Amino acid sequence: MIIEIISITMIISGLFFFLGAVAGIIRFPDFYTRMHAAGKGDTLSTVLVIGGIALYYMETHHWEWSAILVALKLLAIIIFIFISSPTSTHILMKAGFDAGIKPKLKENSENNTTSEES
Amino acid sequence: MYILLTFILSMLIWVIFSGLLDAFHLTLGVVSSILVSVFSSRILFPNHTSSMGSLAAQSLRFIPYFIWLMKEIIVSNFHVLYLALFPGAMKHVQPSIVKFKLGLKSESARYLLANSITLTPGTVSVQIKGDELWVHSISQKTTESLEGDMEKRVARVFGESLTNS
Repeated sequence: MIIEIISITMIISGLFFFLGAVAGIIRFPDFYTRMHAAGKGDTLSTVLVIGGIALYYMETHHWEWSAILVALKLLAIIIFIFISSPTSTHILMKAGFDAGIKPKLKENSENNTTSEES
Repeated sequence: MYILLTFILSMLIWVIFSGLLDAFHLTLGVVSSILVSVFSSRILFPNHTSSMGSLAAQSLRFIPYFIWLMKEIIVSNFHVLYLALFPGAMKHVQPSIVKFKLGLKSESARYLLANSITLTPGTVSVQIKGDELWVHSISQKTTESLEGDMEKRVARVFGESLTNS
């Protein structure tokens, strides 16, 4: 019972973080800041949603060996996302940077990466 | 020794993924794990000459780092959530590109640092040019969190000494 409440709380808060990521994609001003929302809203929310599912599955299957194996496979998904999500975000950022998309920067920031014309 | 370690790891992953513990599937797993560990343990552990003890110490030091990283991810995720959802928060979105000198020397330490920066929401490492790491950061607050002690912690995990700062 307690485990079920914990897992449902995890899944719902994970969905809440996904909502933040979606709102960020729509509301943030330029390509780079949108990548922040798109690429990294997933890290914590995936952990929460998949962890909640794993807990729920183990609880409803009475902590059998086969259910724990399923939970370990879900853990592997989390690890792969932890490796691949930052990598793809970084590659997209770098591709945008190399293609010359100008980041929208705050005023009086001390950098010389963008030229003056705008 | 490293071949044995690779064998144990790949065998463990085989058992987790197959879930079948009968003789036929276990034999298949043993055969393929031996083949994989003989041919490619050098990919997993590039440095076969370093001692087993230092690898174990490194793995142990990685655990507190990972816990600290999770805490950072949660804190900064709340910050980005606030930026994205609250109506008045858009004025706090002040993107900037921060460049700082890397004190870390080895490739894997730099990889861990760049990956950790990208994992924490609000900061993305764009590229490494020579000894400079360029980071795109979404607001003033996440920029400040960058200048914290993440690099020192990574250096502690790998037992490196920072050359600058």
